[in-house]
Amino acid sequence: MEFFNVLVVDDEEDFVETLVNRLNKRKVPATGVLSGEEAIELMKEREFDVVILDVKMPGGMDGIETLREIKKVQPLAEVLLLTGHASVETSIEGMKLGAFDYVLKPIKLEDLFPKLAEAFERKDAHDSKIRGAKIKKLLRYW
Amino acid sequence: MKSSAYANLQRKIITVTLLVSFAPLIILGVTMYYQVALMCKDKTEEHIKYRARAQAQAIDLFLKERTAILSAMADTHSFNDMIDEKNLSRVFEVMNLRAGAFVDLGVIDSAGQHLAYVGPYDLSGLNYYQESWFGEVMSKGVYISDVYMGFRQLPHFIIAVRCWEGQRSWILRATIDPNIFGAIVLSAQIGKTGDAYLVNKAGIYQTHPRFSGKILTEFNLDTKMFRGGTTVIEARGSLGNRLLYAGSWSNNNKWLLVISQEPAEYMRRLFALRNTEIAIIIFGIFAIIMTTIFTTRLAVNHLRDSDAKMNELNAQLIQSDKLAALGKMATGVAHEINNPLNIIIQKTGWMEDLLAEEEFQNSENYGEYKKSIEKIEYHVERARKVVHNMLGYARKMEPHLEDVDLNRTINRTIDMLENYARDNNIDIQTDLSPDIPIIASDEAQLQQVFMNLISNSIDAIGKDGLIQVKSYRIKENITVSITDDGPGIPRDQQKKVFDPFFTTKQTGKGTGLGLWICYSIIEKLGGSLSFRSKVGEGTTFTISIPLIVPEKK
Repeated sequence: MEFFNVLVVDDEEDFVETLVNRLNKRKVPATGVLSGEEAIELMKEREFDVVILDVKMPGGMDGIETLREIKKVQPLAEVLLLTGHASVETSIEGMKLGAFDYVLKPIKLEDLFPKLAEAFERKDAHDSKIRGAKIKKLLRYW
Repeated sequence: MKSSAYANLQRKIITVTLLVSFAPLIILGVTMYYQVALMCKDKTEEHIKYRARAQAQAIDLFLKERTAILSAMADTHSFNDMIDEKNLSRVFEVMNLRAGAFVDLGVIDSAGQHLAYVGPYDLSGLNYYQESWFGEVMSKGVYISDVYMGFRQLPHFIIAVRCWEGQRSWILRATIDPNIFGAIVLSAQIGKTGDAYLVNKAGIYQTHPRFSGKILTEFNLDTKMFRGGTTVIEARGSLGNRLLYAGSWSNNNKWLLVISQEPAEYMRRLFALRNTEIAIIIFGIFAIIMTTIFTTRLAVNHLRDSDAKMNELNAQLIQSDKLAALGKMATGVAHEINNPLNIIIQKTGWMEDLLAEEEFQNSENYGEYKKSIEKIEYHVERARKVVHNMLGYARKMEPHLEDVDLNRTINRTIDMLENYARDNNIDIQTDLSPDIPIIASDEAQLQQVFMNLISNSIDAIGKDGLIQVKSYRIKENITVSITDDGPGIPRDQQKKVFDPFFTTKQTGKGTGLGLWICYSIIEKLGGSLSFRSKVGEGTTFTISIPLIVPEKK
């Protein structure tokens, strides 16, 4: 499996820090930010394959708003929503807005990892399709 | 309200109603009775008053007649004729022939000497100069005496007239037969208890009364109580009984004719009226009591029923409000707990990651660290499960509607629990009505409810028992009841069974969320979950769900 870029967005600093450390330790390049605004800023500069996004963040942009912005900035980035139970409905709404899936807190890395992989695979598939389409387009004009 | 309060209310209503209805009835009865009694008394008084006046007049007439004939005889005969006893006895005969009631006749000269006498006693030769009546007749001309004993020792009275013959005056004197006179007076008496007699001014009987006393003895009342004309008074008689007395003065106010009468005799009709009235009142009171008790009972029972219904509704409302509030709080708390749990899990994961590195593996406490981390993870998992269970029903906020064959769902659930039940020697019987249609509902959630309730029943029984599962249709509702013959739920715990985290199981064996989740699920499906339990007999949980699921919120 190819390595992929992960962005972790959550207001819990301890969580972000630990998850980033653990992903990095597994040779998955990961970056953490503590708010939706930071995430958008960062994504304008760098490309990410998968974004782990907490749905419920107090103050500033909430998960759904952030998701909308992400889809504007990087439509192809797959977003994995992280949610407590009470916000399941929000997560479903998020899925409608183009999120890849949602996972329930608390989640073990062992359970999270396969989801990340799936998300990346889909992203990768999309990328290849787009690449293929681009090639076809180029060939047509050629 | 307690049952004693209802009894109290009933008592109050009955008392007030009875008082209000009895009072006018009794007042009316008593007033009527006294009015009629007054009328009766007036009538009786009027009657004896009339009799007394009439009889007094009769006596006056009698005396006037006797006096007149005596005067006529004296005027038409000379003194010399009269002292001849032959002539005198002729005069006496004529007098008795024309008027009667004369006993004897005598001639007395102005010196009081009895000169001639006709009659049964030998009175001639007596001198009356000292007698009081002699003075009276000499000064007034006519004299009627009171009854007295006199020389002959018999009660009698006399009429004497003075006669002038030139310068000489003489007296003609006659005695009246007390028996004839007495008979005239007595004829005024009325009825069985009535009496009639004459009394003089000093209160001495002038005739024989029928009942009270004897002639020439004292009358028991003061004659001054009888004023001029005719008077009626009520007083105690000589025998102590109450009597009505009518007194009428006669003989120039010297004699009082008295008629006495027991009021009771004339009031017999009044008593008959009183008895009728009492009977009517008693009947009325009885009817009022019966009606009042009957209607009050009816009303109070009605009130009790509607109160009970109201209370039940209120209890349901309070229950659902309470559970909604508790649910909100619990989910809020659960959510807040999820974040720290999430971090703990990541941290322990990180520690495990680090422990896997070579340098740590050589540490002598490596095993202890690893074990501690595993324990932390185990307990985080436990906490996660509690939160999960609590939020379990919330995961699917909206019921997922599908075609559900309720009986099949029940059977499937029982199949799953069959082994568990058999191990504990518990028999699960089903009585499922075949006319339950396929409904639109959430099968998974219903199954969760049945599962919870039946396994609760199994846990409640423990070992050896029976669980009955019934399904039936009542109008637009489908009802499923699950009855066990376990120990039942004590009264003080019945209010709490649906509360989240309420459990009677040992710590770690039950979270106390099962029934709460069931309640919430059924409520969300538009139905209701209730139970009836009696200690020592068992518990029945009843699920009622609408046949047509209502529109989604």
